[in-house]
Amino acid sequence: MSENSIHHIVPKSTYYLIFLALMVGTAITWWVATIDLGPMNNVIMLTIAVTKATLVVLFFMHVKYSNHLTWAVIAGGVFWLLIMLALTMNDYLTRAFLHYG
Amino acid sequence: MSSSTVSIPSTHYLNNGTTLKSWLLTKDHKRIGLLYLAAVTFFFMLGGAFAVAIRLELVTPAGDLLSDANYNKAFTLHGVIMVFFFLIPAIPSVLGNFLIPLMIGAKDLAFPKLNLLSFYIYFVGSLFTMYAMVSGGLDTGWTFYTPFSTVASTTAVVPAALGIFINGFSGILTGLNFIVTIHRMRAPGMTWFRLPLFVWSHYATSLIQVLGTPVLAITIVLVAAERIFGFGLFNPAVGGDPVLFQHLFWFYSHPAVYIMILPAMGIVSELIAAFSRKQVFGYGFVAFASIGIAVIGFLVWGHHMFVSGESVYAALVFSFLSFLVAIPSAVKVFNWTATMYKGSLSWEIPMLYAVGFIGLFAIGGLTGLFLASIGLDVHLTDTYFIIAHFHYVMVGGTIMAYLGGLHFWWPKITGRMYNRTLGKFSAALVFVGFNLTFFPQFVLGYLGMPRRYHAYPDEFQVLNVLSSAGASVLAVGYLLPLFYFALSLKYGEIAGDNPWGAVGLEWNTTSPPPTENFPVTPVVTWDAYEYPTPVEGHVV
Amino acid sequence: MSNGAAVAHDPHHNPNLAHHFESMEQQTEASILGMWVFLVTEILFFGGALMAYMVYRSQYPDAFALASSHIAILPGAINTAVLILSSLTMALAVHAAQTGERTKIMFFIVITMILGAAFLGIKAYEYYEKYEEHFIPGMGLQFIFPEPEYQQNAQIFFSIYFVLTGLHALHMIIGLGIMTWMFIWVKNGTITSEYFAPIEISGLYWHFVDIVWIFLFPLLYLIGRHVHHV
Repeated sequence: MSENSIHHIVPKSTYYLIFLALMVGTAITWWVATIDLGPMNNVIMLTIAVTKATLVVLFFMHVKYSNHLTWAVIAGGVFWLLIMLALTMNDYLTRAFLHYG
Repeated sequence: MSSSTVSIPSTHYLNNGTTLKSWLLTKDHKRIGLLYLAAVTFFFMLGGAFAVAIRLELVTPAGDLLSDANYNKAFTLHGVIMVFFFLIPAIPSVLGNFLIPLMIGAKDLAFPKLNLLSFYIYFVGSLFTMYAMVSGGLDTGWTFYTPFSTVASTTAVVPAALGIFINGFSGILTGLNFIVTIHRMRAPGMTWFRLPLFVWSHYATSLIQVLGTPVLAITIVLVAAERIFGFGLFNPAVGGDPVLFQHLFWFYSHPAVYIMILPAMGIVSELIAAFSRKQVFGYGFVAFASIGIAVIGFLVWGHHMFVSGESVYAALVFSFLSFLVAIPSAVKVFNWTATMYKGSLSWEIPMLYAVGFIGLFAIGGLTGLFLASIGLDVHLTDTYFIIAHFHYVMVGGTIMAYLGGLHFWWPKITGRMYNRTLGKFSAALVFVGFNLTFFPQFVLGYLGMPRRYHAYPDEFQVLNVLSSAGASVLAVGYLLPLFYFALSLKYGEIAGDNPWGAVGLEWNTTSPPPTENFPVTPVVTWDAYEYPTPVEGHVV
Repeated sequence: MSNGAAVAHDPHHNPNLAHHFESMEQQTEASILGMWVFLVTEILFFGGALMAYMVYRSQYPDAFALASSHIAILPGAINTAVLILSSLTMALAVHAAQTGERTKIMFFIVITMILGAAFLGIKAYEYYEKYEEHFIPGMGLQFIFPEPEYQQNAQIFFSIYFVLTGLHALHMIIGLGIMTWMFIWVKNGTITSEYFAPIEISGLYWHFVDIVWIFLFPLLYLIGRHVHHV
């Protein structure tokens, strides 16, 4: 009947599973932080954080069962944040590239 | 109800409740639009008063009317008030609020109470800023550059910044309201590509409001944290980076100028179509150009920082992207012109403003390209060239369109027509006064006169005097409408539902409209600009 | 003057249906979309602070790593677990709203609030610790960093730490206010099995605040842990 996510009832078992995944992710993040993996530390920790966030968005926030407009709104927001971060870092990281004169 | 009997309906949104409470606690988008009209008009006059002070000072080369400190306050407050309390809210909160539900066939916006809250947030924000005005003023420039604003300025930076912060939420909530309304409240049959272009431009504007304004908000929080708590964020003395402030500030403030111009372009599309009695040429292109401007407009902010120390490579990227953003604007100018070509033109007052917009916006926009070229910008930045550029787009553009829109929809809003002779005279004064004020400033800037200076070398005096003379003509042109609009409320000829014979759902209901907009929800089966011969029943 | 066929108004509509909407369906969709658009503004709001973090971390990587390693990790980790648990209980509250189990909604809202308050309590303790350790920048206080050559840049780290966690805490407090409001609405019968969109929307806000913390934990607490074992 309706494509409204508010009527789609996610089983509680799914919620418990996601909760477990989030806790495991947190534990792994903490553990990885104590080992020196060089630049991979950041990559792994951020990947886990993004995965955790995605799980919260898809299941706790019901986006998996929402319409395309909701997806587009979220994607737009995240993309805009990335634009700000990327274009600004583009300045800072390239200060040494070229010089006037 | 046929249009042959021109009358004002017995009940409409203006007389549906006449107590003060019914106005101050209204949830009717039309009344809220009028509350905003009163507020933005007041701020326009206040900002204009500061402009008068500036132009009076600049009549003579010596800094003799205002002290250095007071001159700094005059141009800062002129900028802050005009940008944040007039240009950004005016068209969306007055005309957007009033017209969007009507144009899409809805009874109100999606969130009427939020709409009222937006107004009160704007009001509270303005109180903080006015408090700042009288308790020390503000001398940082509307751009608040650090570390002057965070460490050195002795003026009321925090109250003013707080006022702007609060005001920002008004814009965010209005944008949010418009986005949800346009997605979810369109009448049956009103598909996206049947929407008037006014609605498309407000949708694009709302995207910018929602994505950009929060970054201004956090920037102000950081400035306040540095100023109040002494957190070292932008102060080089403690390792902070002033250029970071500029990145954060301009990330919002550049798209902000598109918040100012997109609604104006939306108005122009409506006016050109109505007074050429012709479909807008390339409707789809114009619609997507609005979105294009909103998107690309977020990618160009570094062009305000070419001489601030950003990397050469980044400057090149921003320069290239700035050229790109001119393209959708140009598309619109070409399409409006093509709409007029072989149209059945009538030179009513709204059309005068619309055509004036096209010419003046073209000049302003083209001079933007000069500034996007890094080499030229190094010479022209922080001179009067910049001031002339942005006044051409914001005043020759936005304000002309706003006036055109007010003159077009006034009969719908009030049920009355204004004195057309006075209207045409005003439009002429505005056009002549505007050009006399700001064209000399292009020359002044090119010759090297810096902005934000109240004293200048003698050889610049003639151009400055011309500019100030123009400003006095412009001022009269802006004051006259106050007078004849007010007069029309009592003595104006009754306009009827559709005095212009225009196409659009707002013209299919009474003037003034009933509170619920349409007695019966319309079902739309026609395109936005069914000119020159609209089908019977599609227009009154 | 004809405007096309009239759309009949259903006289048997839900008392919670606002007059400007045609159906509960439309109203619910509009409110959910509205909350998501609001959350996008929050992404950009926190995003600006993250921008500042990113710029300074790239400029002063050693100072940041060192400063971060001086922050006690246990309270941060506990807080992360507390918030994740509170997201679970909030999701269960929404679930109870969908199945119309009024007492359960109230139960889970209260648990969520208790967890939120616990988070704030632990945060307050952490802030007090910072005060004791002289890690609070500005504020007329003395900032003393164990490794003096990094003092200036560590101040910047802590400025950003307090801005980010402070704004986050403020959003948590607002979240507690929203939860209180929802509790009252469930108790007084405003929320019914036909009208529970406000619960869903409050849940969206709460989960968002959790997500912000999911990023803040590694970004603030775990930068230099592998290098400096303090």
